[in-house]
Amino acid sequence: MNNIIEISGLNVMHGDLRALADVSMNIESGKIVSIIGANGAGKSTLLNTIMGVHAPAAGAIRFEGRDITKMRTSKIASLGLAMTPEGSRVFADMSVMENLLMGAYLPGAKKAKAGQLEKVYDMFPVLKEKSAQLASFLSGGQRQMLSIARAIMMNPKVIICDEISLGLAPVIIHDIYAKVKELNAEGITFLLVEQEIKRSLRHADYSYVMVKGRVVMEGKSSGLSREAVSDAYFGINQFA
Amino acid sequence: MLETLPQAIVTGVLLGGLYAIIGIGMSLIFGIMKLTNIAHGDIMILGTFLTMHITQSLTGNPIIGLLLTIAIMLAFAFAIQNFLINKVITKGAEPALLVTFGLSIIISNALFLVFGANTHTIPSTLVTTNLIRTAHVSVSMMYAVSFIVAVAVIVALSLVMNRTSFGRAIRAASSDTVMSELLGINTKHMYIFAMMLTVVTASIAGMLVGMTFPFYPTTGTQYLIIAFGVVVIGGMGSLLGTLVGGIILGLAQLVGANLIGATYQQLIGFIVLLVILAVRPQGLLSKAARK
Ligand SMILES: Nc1ncnc2c1ncn2[C@@H]1O[C@H](COP(=O)(O)OP(=O)(O)OP(=O)(O)O)[C@@H](O)[C@H]1O
Ligand SMILES: [Mg+2]
Repeated sequence: MNNIIEISGLNVMHGDLRALADVSMNIESGKIVSIIGANGAGKSTLLNTIMGVHAPAAGAIRFEGRDITKMRTSKIASLGLAMTPEGSRVFADMSVMENLLMGAYLPGAKKAKAGQLEKVYDMFPVLKEKSAQLASFLSGGQRQMLSIARAIMMNPKVIICDEISLGLAPVIIHDIYAKVKELNAEGITFLLVEQEIKRSLRHADYSYVMVKGRVVMEGKSSGLSREAVSDAYFGINQFA
Repeated sequence: MLETLPQAIVTGVLLGGLYAIIGIGMSLIFGIMKLTNIAHGDIMILGTFLTMHITQSLTGNPIIGLLLTIAIMLAFAFAIQNFLINKVITKGAEPALLVTFGLSIIISNALFLVFGANTHTIPSTLVTTNLIRTAHVSVSMMYAVSFIVAVAVIVALSLVMNRTSFGRAIRAASSDTVMSELLGINTKHMYIFAMMLTVVTASIAGMLVGMTFPFYPTTGTQYLIIAFGVVVIGGMGSLLGTLVGGIILGLAQLVGANLIGATYQQLIGFIVLLVILAVRPQGLLSKAARK
């Protein structure tokens, strides 16, 4: 097994609150891995810590075998990790096109810019239509698409998505997951955060369930029953 | 007084150009780092002294003096941003503001130690030349050049900010540091580049100011207030707003002086500033106003 991301014994504090307690995960290269958990379980904290936005109190994170625990976020991004953060965070005062070009900021991505732009316009025709408009005029779903498209422009090895489906209509969610599958088929590893158990188990190869900063259950999605995950999710049955 | 009004308007607009280029660096720093750079005026006057000194000691050509000054100021910008401001900027606006306050005092005192308290000028034939001279209006070559240079600098900066990958990255870093980092942009480096852009504009402004008006080590404060006025009137962080802000301030001062009396020139400028602040706190052309 070839793990592209290895997390071991991660502890993260938000002030006095222990947001992550001894979290260990292995993300296999080329897979779609999802993290399921209720509000406040620590999912965003985990993703942000991987990207170097939060500094852990203890533990280690490796990317392709390399220790990235104390690395600066921009440096981590340059290794091939892209993230679509919670709430999409598109640049509202830039056009759709400029947002996409921001994704191609790093030298490696800049070289592939023309091809990648064509690719994301193919995937999300609406972005091509609105390319000259300010991102502030986009709908919530379109912003999520722009956020994913911007990540694709980075030409990354891994895309980490924090609740891309939050607040979106089912049709759009379906559409976005179809794109995730497409990109995954091209070899991009995905680490997704989901609140919905059913969707997570359907789309991910491997799932982790988090409760109050801990991993309480994990396994191949095909081998996890919705009932068991649901029990763990609501903390009825603690496996920790 | 009415017969001198056209002259006041022409001079006010042209002086506004000079004010704009004085303020533009302050606007950049505010727009990008949300930092009120108290040392802005002193940094500019440091540039003025350097240009004067280098020009005098070398060829006597102020353009060569300016270019060498810019080279020194770039190193200075790197040092203060990398070793001082970047260390505290993540801890909020106040610590960084205090650092610039300290810098302001250090620069003006250092200038005093080196150059003494005397008043200086950068000699230039532009001051004694007129571009236009009619019965009612004359346009000093110095003021005209300042205005043209200011417009050129603002256009150049706008092009850099809006049309280049570097400019986009600076804008991104100013609107969302975390997202910018996630895209691979080292925001601390962007801050260093922003400070470098700032000292380039401040050095140019400093030379023009030194040719137009007498200066001494503590003149910086005076120009900090002008820069502040320009930035507040035009809207924090807006490049075009800086030009508009400069012209409004210049016009207010000179037309006001013309109508009420020259002793009130500074006061009238700041009354206009306060009125605009009261009516439109975000400034005339700020981003917040456009949304
Ligand atoms: N910057 C912060 N400062 C203090 N506490 C924080 C901070 N960020 C998160 N927390 C707390 O840490 C815990 C984990 O938060 P986190 O955002 O990681 O959860 P999450 O699983 O992403 O939740 P959600 O589904 O609501 O996005 C929560 O109790 C939250 O209130
Ligand atoms: Mg979250």
